[in-house]
Amino acid sequence: MSNKIIYGLYADDEQLLEATKKIVAKGHRVNEVYSPYPVHGLDTAMGLKYSRLAITSFLYGMMGAILITLLMWYVMVGDWPMVIGGKPNFTYGQNLPAFIPVTFEATVFCAAHLMVITFLFRCGLFPGSSSRNPDPRTTDDKFLMEVHESDSKKITEIKKIMKETGAEEIKVKNNTNELLEEFEEIRQKQTQKLMKASKKKQSFMKKIFNKISKK
Amino acid sequence: MYRSPVREPLITGKKDLHDITEDIARPIETKANKWWWSLFIFSVIAMIWGFGCIAYTIGTGIGVWGLNNTVGWAWDITNFVWWVGIGHAGTLISAVLLLFRQKWRLSINRTSEAMTIFAVVQAGLFPLIHMGRIWMGYWIFPLPNQFGPLWVNFNSPLLWDVFAISTYFSVSLVFWYMGLIPDFAMIRDRAVKPIAKKVYTILSFGWSGRAKHWQRHEVMSLVLAGLCTPLVLSVHSIVSMDFATSVIPGWHTTIFPPYFVAGAIFGGFAMCQTLLLVARKVVSLEDYITMKHIEYMNIIILVTGSIVGCAYITELFIAWYSGVEFEQYAFLNRATGPYWWAYWAMMTCNVISPQLMWFKKLRRNILFTFIIALFVHIGMWFERFVIIVTSLHRDFLPSSWSMFSPSFVDIGIFVGTCGFFLVLFLLYARTFPVIAQAELKTIVKTSSSKYNKNKNE
Repeated sequence: MSNKIIYGLYADDEQLLEATKKIVAKGHRVNEVYSPYPVHGLDTAMGLKYSRLAITSFLYGMMGAILITLLMWYVMVGDWPMVIGGKPNFTYGQNLPAFIPVTFEATVFCAAHLMVITFLFRCGLFPGSSSRNPDPRTTDDKFLMEVHESDSKKITEIKKIMKETGAEEIKVKNNTNELLEEFEEIRQKQTQKLMKASKKKQSFMKKIFNKISKK
Repeated sequence: MYRSPVREPLITGKKDLHDITEDIARPIETKANKWWWSLFIFSVIAMIWGFGCIAYTIGTGIGVWGLNNTVGWAWDITNFVWWVGIGHAGTLISAVLLLFRQKWRLSINRTSEAMTIFAVVQAGLFPLIHMGRIWMGYWIFPLPNQFGPLWVNFNSPLLWDVFAISTYFSVSLVFWYMGLIPDFAMIRDRAVKPIAKKVYTILSFGWSGRAKHWQRHEVMSLVLAGLCTPLVLSVHSIVSMDFATSVIPGWHTTIFPPYFVAGAIFGGFAMCQTLLLVARKVVSLEDYITMKHIEYMNIIILVTGSIVGCAYITELFIAWYSGVEFEQYAFLNRATGPYWWAYWAMMTCNVISPQLMWFKKLRRNILFTFIIALFVHIGMWFERFVIIVTSLHRDFLPSSWSMFSPSFVDIGIFVGTCGFFLVLFLLYARTFPVIAQAELKTIVKTSSSKYNKNKNE
């Protein structure tokens, strides 16, 4: 028994949401959905847990506040206290109002940047990453549902649900690469066509250029 | 799905999802027109001229500016505050309007955030140049060093500024880029030319639009908006404290933080209007940046302009009410002294001209909006000039009273930053998706004229 991947392509987010709910209700698992924009309610329908990203941001912010407090205490009180404008810096508490703005900025700095780094890390996003959506149309106007299944009976059942809920295309593949390759071929054909067209244009320009230079 | 029976559609021209993709990708996939090239060449020349003036300043010293003993701070800080202020509208649109769930922000947030980043780049140049010895620029950071040990002073608003501006710039940049990733992925998936494909593959960070990624992306955007909202308020508050914590009459005012923030949003929205009115024509985005968007922005200009006007009058009243002669003279001198023309230029442009926006006909008129936006730029520039130069030029000793006149270098640097700003913006307009299409697609069903048939149709 080999694992198969069923791909259902939808053109409408409401249909997709309905299909997800139906498939999950029948006891199957919707493994992945690729969409051009966030579809509200899809995460709960698919049974995804809530994201803990906001909590990490809070913790990073706390960390930033503590670190900058330590730095400011060391600079202004610990290492080299100075009398500035007649106001001595011998205790941190008495000078606290002057330290609030920088504490706030450092909190935001750490909370924002470290959260974004966590987000990129958790999603495996980085410049030069080759990972992508299997069907290029899902960043345009289509929604792709991916269900992993090995039982052929269940496969036909899922395909039936997909058809009922209005899927435009239903494909069964052995792995993701098969689908990727399919679209890669289309793209390469497009590129070749374009290159040919631009070459033709060039030769056309050359003809004109030759004509002019002959004259 | 809920469809409003009253509201005007935010996307006109009967667009569906695929049309949006096509329209946003078009400027990137096609060649620039004559208008773009002529504006680009014009701004590159201005930029080069500005860079020349900066090089001259750094090579010779800031004596080449029009400063004198009495007025030791003039166009440099005026331009700095002006540019930082312009940046504020972008963050307001993308962060504050996100928290308030204002859907009309979706067509304009990308461009206004770009404006923020490019404006803060210009602003950041001025503190660097006016240090005089730019190669010592790293002294502004609290680094362990061999000079004493000489640390930075965390009591000083100028140091707060360092933290505020660098946090503001970097967080806005990241916020902007995270929103761009899904749109770069869209361009990547359409790209046919090999080089474009490669470039947009790198830029899109391997975005795939998985459900879990979108869920995280949304949480992240919301938290970043929540962080940016107090951040944007803090940045201009801190900029205003550069003045407010000093003891110069005319600067030593507690009203400065809210007054500067309102002024920043006011000036920033005007810049947003200027850029968007041009951009919607040049890259034909009239269906996305509609009359309704322009009207909404004009209303914000009206509101913030009124707050600014209120602040000017409060300042005058408090100067009189305080009973401090020096404070009273500082304000009398502003309005009736040798710089009266600057004061009244500010008053006319910032207080009177936006009041015309009360008329619906006027605020829905593109040419009128454009002219008022230019007025606001002038007014907001003069506001900073008035605060800075008129408070300084007649100081504590009448024998040292003087006037300030800018040298060609002062003017050159200012013109140069305008050019640099435009260069960045023009390059952006042809290589980046100028509308946050992934976000915009979420409102197609509720707000596109194709699906939302209401009484306006």
